[in-house]
Amino acid sequence: MNNHVLLEIGIEELPARFIDDAEQQLLNKTTKWLQDLHIEFKSIESFSTPRRLAIRIKDIATHQTTIKEEVRGPQTKIAKDESGNWTKAAIGFSKGQGKSPEDIYVQEVKGVEYIFVEKVTEGKPTSDVLPGLKDIISSIHFPQTMRWGSGSYRYARPIRWIVALLNDTVIPFEIANVTTSNKTYGHRFLGEEAIIEDPLTYENILKENYVIVDPKEREQLILEQIKTIEEEEGFHIQVEPELLNEVRNLVEYPTAFHGSFAEEYLKLPQETLITSMAEHQRYFPVMTKEEDALLPYFVSVRNGDDQQIENVARGNEKVLRARLADGAFFYEEDKSNSIEFYNDKLKTVIFQEKIGTTYEKVEKVVTLTEKLTDYLHVDSTVAAQAKRTAEVCKFDLMTSMVGEFPELQGIMGEKYALHFGEDKEVAKGIKEHYYPVQSNGGLPTTDVGAIVSVADKLDTIVSCISVGLIPTGSQDPLGLRRQAIGILRIAKEQKWDISVETLISFAVELYDVNDEAEEEIHSFFANRVSFILSERGIEQDIIQAVIKKKIGVLNYSLQKAQILSEKRNDPTFKPVQESLVRIMNLSKQATTFEVDATLFETDSEVKLHEQTNVVAETFVTHQENYEAAEALDALATLAKPIHDFFEHNMVMADDEKVKQNRLALVNNIAKLIAQYADITLIEWKQHH
Amino acid sequence: MNIQEMILALQQYWSKHDCILMQAYDVEKGAGTMSPMTLLRSLGPEPWNVAYVEPSRRPDDGRYGENPNRLYQHHQFQVIMKPSPDNIQDLYLQSLVELGINPLHHDIRFVEDNWENPTLGASGLGWEVWLDGMEITQFTYFQQIGGLEASPVAVELTYGIERLAAYIQDKENVFDLEWVDGVTVRDIFLQPEYEHSKYAFDESDSDMLFTLFNLYEKEAKATMEKGLIFPSYDYVLKCSHTFNLLDARGVISVTERTGYISRVRNLARTIAHAYIAERERLGFPMLKEEESLDE
Repeated sequence: MNNHVLLEIGIEELPARFIDDAEQQLLNKTTKWLQDLHIEFKSIESFSTPRRLAIRIKDIATHQTTIKEEVRGPQTKIAKDESGNWTKAAIGFSKGQGKSPEDIYVQEVKGVEYIFVEKVTEGKPTSDVLPGLKDIISSIHFPQTMRWGSGSYRYARPIRWIVALLNDTVIPFEIANVTTSNKTYGHRFLGEEAIIEDPLTYENILKENYVIVDPKEREQLILEQIKTIEEEEGFHIQVEPELLNEVRNLVEYPTAFHGSFAEEYLKLPQETLITSMAEHQRYFPVMTKEEDALLPYFVSVRNGDDQQIENVARGNEKVLRARLADGAFFYEEDKSNSIEFYNDKLKTVIFQEKIGTTYEKVEKVVTLTEKLTDYLHVDSTVAAQAKRTAEVCKFDLMTSMVGEFPELQGIMGEKYALHFGEDKEVAKGIKEHYYPVQSNGGLPTTDVGAIVSVADKLDTIVSCISVGLIPTGSQDPLGLRRQAIGILRIAKEQKWDISVETLISFAVELYDVNDEAEEEIHSFFANRVSFILSERGIEQDIIQAVIKKKIGVLNYSLQKAQILSEKRNDPTFKPVQESLVRIMNLSKQATTFEVDATLFETDSEVKLHEQTNVVAETFVTHQENYEAAEALDALATLAKPIHDFFEHNMVMADDEKVKQNRLALVNNIAKLIAQYADITLIEWKQHH
Repeated sequence: MNIQEMILALQQYWSKHDCILMQAYDVEKGAGTMSPMTLLRSLGPEPWNVAYVEPSRRPDDGRYGENPNRLYQHHQFQVIMKPSPDNIQDLYLQSLVELGINPLHHDIRFVEDNWENPTLGASGLGWEVWLDGMEITQFTYFQQIGGLEASPVAVELTYGIERLAAYIQDKENVFDLEWVDGVTVRDIFLQPEYEHSKYAFDESDSDMLFTLFNLYEKEAKATMEKGLIFPSYDYVLKCSHTFNLLDARGVISVTERTGYISRVRNLARTIAHAYIAERERLGFPMLKEEESLDE
């Protein structure tokens, strides 16, 4: 007979967002547990609904696999005495392994003889080991756990039953006062309690009781039902994967249905309608077949069958109607005030306890915007638009609509700004100054949006870090990392001629930032830059070489890093690299940059000095034009004269003056190289 | 079913399930949770099952009686069971049946919602219960109260009476709800709704309210020092309501705001600790004989 195992943990409704991960953990942990215990099985499957996590192991072995291992003891020369008998050490070893000296045998390992015994661990019956499933239940990690009743056990939600079966036999254990059994529970209202006599019948028994235990199957059902509605009604139904995933994890037995709302609400901004439906009610919005406009319908999924479904639709319509009526009311009310009215209200909102109000923040953002537009020499129209955008970038936070639908910040800002007669570019800038919303999200499409976005984020990062709100580990509640990456991506995309250091200095000037905090801000940005460069396949040593001294202009630092990465693998670059690195290393002993040409004793010295002066000029020009390849080529032309210089001169000359002069020359060259990168940090490949 | 019948049905039902029926607590408060019957009694090891209707005042939600969904004062039906029974979800769902809601004709779901009230140092995990997409009940397993761990865990069910009634009576406007046949919420509450809104938003004397807040706070502390926990807690409730009035009037600046909240929280915490200590000193009188022996 084949043996199968079923484990089902019955839980009060799990948060939808916990379920997929918990099911995956259950699967992974059980698989690993079986492997660690040497229990063979043919297949393993997992299931989940809001009220249960389950796993089934098919064709599980009746016993753990018997393990034979060869255990190595001491070397033979220690294990045998002169007459060839086992020594105390050998006997002790065999006894320690539960064996006798007769079991000892000798084998050679890497030319040395050792004694061995063969140890056999007999596999226990699987049924003896299975109660250990208890620990797997406890080991599942949830984002949040709770206690209930009089117990101290913690879980995502209270555990109410546990089915644990090896074929038709209950695997006995107890967890949080719940004892295992063969009794499961169907759908809350449509199903009943049911006895499982065979793990293989699990899905069917629950299906009879209106529970579909396979989440993929529920998802498929929902999609099919949506398709039917689309065909019958001539709709296009927008199915966002995230919402679909959440919905399938809110129901055990899905039945999709549609409802309608009054057409007049279609004049509300689309985003408001979609947020009301999708975010708040978990409805799928409905569009015309051509997908060019919203229709006054929605699709929802009931946890149950189609009994009295009109009733359910009617109830949902009522709820949506109240929400949309609120939305319409807010929309009209908001439009009856003014931007100044809302901006003034920002004085009553704390941005951060230790930093100040949002009103004060906006003032800082305006100042930063002006600094940026000046530095970047943008044209005066854009500068004026950017300044206005900064002034009004947060007003919509005080509108009732955004109060009710916080996810519409910026989006309503744009709409209301247009209503209040703001310039189109300004209105768009309000929306775009939140971009990128995610680290890898879309960037502002306009100059105005880009400038204000950077000003706003810069202000947030510098103000927060300066009062000690520094992200640690996985804790970054204010999204400072995301915002820093946003700044860097925008500056790069816009090809702004501004270094990260300059950007930071703009904001640091506005706040009371001590040296320690400034250092913190700098390294915070350096870490983000390092992240961006490593995403492009650049290795740590090169990243450090390029940004350690100065992060600089991101685009240029990236180019330099890419070129250095190529050169690392280029055998022809080896002599250059060796010369330059030697200069950098030697320069550490120099104390001055003052070179006195009259102290030169050899041609090679003169030549290197002259060549350095020539290269310095071209190198600096290339640096200023952000020509990374050309700048490095310029430095590379020094390789030959450097080589000759070392060939023909003792740098550490006996004459102290001559020595200092040579070191000064070396130091001058090193200074140039360092402006490019600290190449001594690079692990150069050994080419042969 | 009119509101009075709903309340009677819920009282009948929970009374049958061993809840002590309490009356509303006679100090203004923003939620049924703030009644000492919940906030203090949920602390400590003594079992406690109680149900009551609580008029809840939220000055900031006042709309002069003009909004069909928002009220200065609404009603909550509050159930507390400590320790939370294993079958509490079933008990709750059965109570809906008592209100004439047949689960087979509706869509009832438990949607994750975690509750936190920083002013009271309280938090819990649970759900909002959806009836055909509408939130009708807050279902919470308390985890912390007054900064203390809630152990054993009390479960709190808060039914929104007007919301449920709007569904049961199929009304769009809260003022159209029938309290008893022939008498509507409008008849009883429209005038106070308007007048309280008018008072809270336009007419209240802020100087007097600030003075009251300070007096109440002082008295709460003084009473606490004399070891009088319940009177002290009454003054904390008064502080909280006075703060809400000032907030609705828009006279609390942002910088002050957090200060006021933390003043109330500190008082609530002190009281929570003192309550436990006092119950312990009294030997946790509501613990049954065998239970206290088990400890």
